[in-house]
Amino acid sequence: MTASPMVNRLLIGLLALLAFVPLYAQWAGEPFLITFLSRVLIFALAALSLNIILGFGGLVSFGHALYLGLGAYSVGLLAHYQIDNGWLQLLVTVASCAVVGLLTGWVSLRTTGISFIMITLAFAQMFYYLFVSLKQYGGDDGLSISLKSDFGFIHLGSPITLYYAAFALVALVLWWKQRMIQAPFGLVLQGCRMNEARMKSLGFPTLRYKLSAYVLACVIAGLAGLLYANLTGYTSPAYLNWTISGELIVMVVLGGMGTVAGPLIGTLVLLVCEELLKAWTSHWPIILGPLIVLVVMTARRGLVGYLMRGKSSP
Amino acid sequence: MTLSLFLIQLLNGLQLGVLLFMLSAGLTLVFGIMNFVNLAHGCMYMMGAYFAATALAASGSFIVAAVVAVLGGGLLGIVIERLMAQHLYMRDHLDQVLATFGLILFFNELARWIWGASPVFMSVPPALSGTVSILGVTYPMYRFFIILVGLLCAVGCWLLISRTRVGMLIRAGSVNPTMVSALGVNIGLLNALIFSLGGALAGVAGLMSGPILSVQPGMGEPVLILVMIVIVIGGIGSIQGAFYAALMVGLIDTAGRAFLPMLLREFIDRSIAQAAGPAIASMLTCIFMATVLALRPRGLFPVKNG
Repeated sequence: MTASPMVNRLLIGLLALLAFVPLYAQWAGEPFLITFLSRVLIFALAALSLNIILGFGGLVSFGHALYLGLGAYSVGLLAHYQIDNGWLQLLVTVASCAVVGLLTGWVSLRTTGISFIMITLAFAQMFYYLFVSLKQYGGDDGLSISLKSDFGFIHLGSPITLYYAAFALVALVLWWKQRMIQAPFGLVLQGCRMNEARMKSLGFPTLRYKLSAYVLACVIAGLAGLLYANLTGYTSPAYLNWTISGELIVMVVLGGMGTVAGPLIGTLVLLVCEELLKAWTSHWPIILGPLIVLVVMTARRGLVGYLMRGKSSP
Repeated sequence: MTLSLFLIQLLNGLQLGVLLFMLSAGLTLVFGIMNFVNLAHGCMYMMGAYFAATALAASGSFIVAAVVAVLGGGLLGIVIERLMAQHLYMRDHLDQVLATFGLILFFNELARWIWGASPVFMSVPPALSGTVSILGVTYPMYRFFIILVGLLCAVGCWLLISRTRVGMLIRAGSVNPTMVSALGVNIGLLNALIFSLGGALAGVAGLMSGPILSVQPGMGEPVLILVMIVIVIGGIGSIQGAFYAALMVGLIDTAGRAFLPMLLREFIDRSIAQAAGPAIASMLTCIFMATVLALRPRGLFPVKNG
C-alpha cells in the first residue's frame, strides 16, 4: 500500500513540527514538553519496529516489550558497573536483541495464529521473571542509572541531545520503511502476510524472510529501549511487562497497521490521550480500556486508514 | 524427610495443576470453538476472587461465597460475550487481542477503584482449616480440598462433554462450527453458554485460590500466562489436553520452585539461588512449551479439524 500524498504531507509536517519542539520548549520554558515528546518518539520507534512484523508481516507478536527491556537493561547493567561507553552499550543492545530475537523467533515462527501470540507472550514473560529474580540488580525495584550513555561526540545525558537522537532514529526508520515496502524484501514479507502458501510455492524461503524481519524489529526495539533507559534514568522489569507489549500493539493499530506513518501518529495520539486522562483522574485505565475496545470495534483501519479512505484499497 | 518433602511438593503441584485446569477448560473451548483470543479470562478469575471475598466478608459463609463467585463469574462471562466478544468472532486475532487487552485495563482498574490497591484478605473456612494426613505426611486440609474440588470439576467437565447433548454439540462445534450451525443449532446460544461456563469455572478458581493467594488487582495475569502455556501444550480446543497439560505444568512449575533453589545452592550463593529459583521455574514451563511446539506445533492432544 503506498501512502497517499495527503498522508505524506501530514507526516512531513508532523516531523517538521517535532524538529522545532525543543527550540519552542526552551523559549517558552517548558522542559516537560521535551521529556514528553522524547517519550513519544521513543515509543514511536518501538511501535515502528513492531509494525515491520505486525503490519507488513502479519505476525501478531505480543512480546515486543521484551526487546525494549533488553535495550534498557543493556544500559542499566553496564552503567551499574560504571561503564558509560555508549558504543559498548549499543553493541550489547544489538547483540542481545539479535541473539534473543533469533532464538525465540526461530521457535515461535513455526507456529501461527493464536499459538504465535501466546508463545511470544510467554517468552517475554520468561525474561520478565528473569529480571525480577535478579535481586543483585534490584529485582522488582529495578536499577537506577546514574551514568548516561556517552557516545563521545553525543552524550545522551542532555535532554535535547536525547530528543534529537530519538528524532533522527524515527526519521531514519520512517525513510527506510518507505523504501523497504517497495523493495523485494518488503514485497515478499507482505506476500507472506497475504498468502504464505503461495509465496512458498513460488520458491521463497518464507521462514527466513519472516525471521529476518523479526530480528530486525527486535534490534530496532532494543535501540528504543536504550534511549528509554537514558530518558528515565532507570530500568526495571516493568519495561518488559506484557502491558507495554499490549500498548505497543495499540499504538500500531490505532495509527494504522501496515502504513508507514501509522505507528508515529498512533503513539502520539495514545500518549497524549493517556496524559490528558491522567491529568483528569488517577483511575484513567477505566476510561482508556473501553476506549480501546471502542476503537477496535469501530475504526478498523486506524487513523491513517481513516485519512486515506476512498483513496486506495487496503 | 526427602520422601515426605517430595510428596508435599507433588500435592502442591497437583493443587496448582487443578487450579490451572479450572481456568484453562473454559478458555480452551473459547479458543477452539469460537477461534477467539480471550486475554480477559484472567479478569473473570480475579473478579471471581473479589466476589467471593466480598461475599465471605458480608455473610461469613463460605458456601454463600462459593455461590456468589460461581454465579458472578458465569454472569460476567455472558455479559462479556454478548456485549463484545460475539461481535469479534469473525474478526482477526489482532482485533480480539486488542479488545480484550482493553478489557483487562478496565477490570484491573475497576478492582483497584472498588476494593483498593492492597490485597483483600480471605480466610480459610474453619471446617477446612485443619490438616490431613496422607501416607504419613501432614498436609493443609484446605489445599487438599482444592485438589478434590479441581478433580470434581474435571470429572464434571468430562461428563458434560462426553455424556450430554450439550457436550456433543460443543465437541461438534470445536470440529466444525459452521456445519453445526448449518444443522440448525443455535450456535450463538452455545457460544454464550461456553463463555459463561468458562466464567463460572474461573469464578471457582478465584474462590478456591482466594484464601491461599492474595486477592489484588492484576492477580489474573500471571496465572493467565500459565493458562495459555497449558492450552498451547494441551492443544487448542481440547479439554482432555488441557487437563493433562495443566497437571504437567503445575508439577513442573512447583518442582522447579521447590527443588531448583536447593540444587542451585550447591553451586552458587544461597540468597541468589533462592531468588533465581522461581524465575528458572517459570522459565522451565516456557521451555517445556517451546519444546512441545517445536516437536508438535499443534500441541500434545490436538483436536482433529476437518
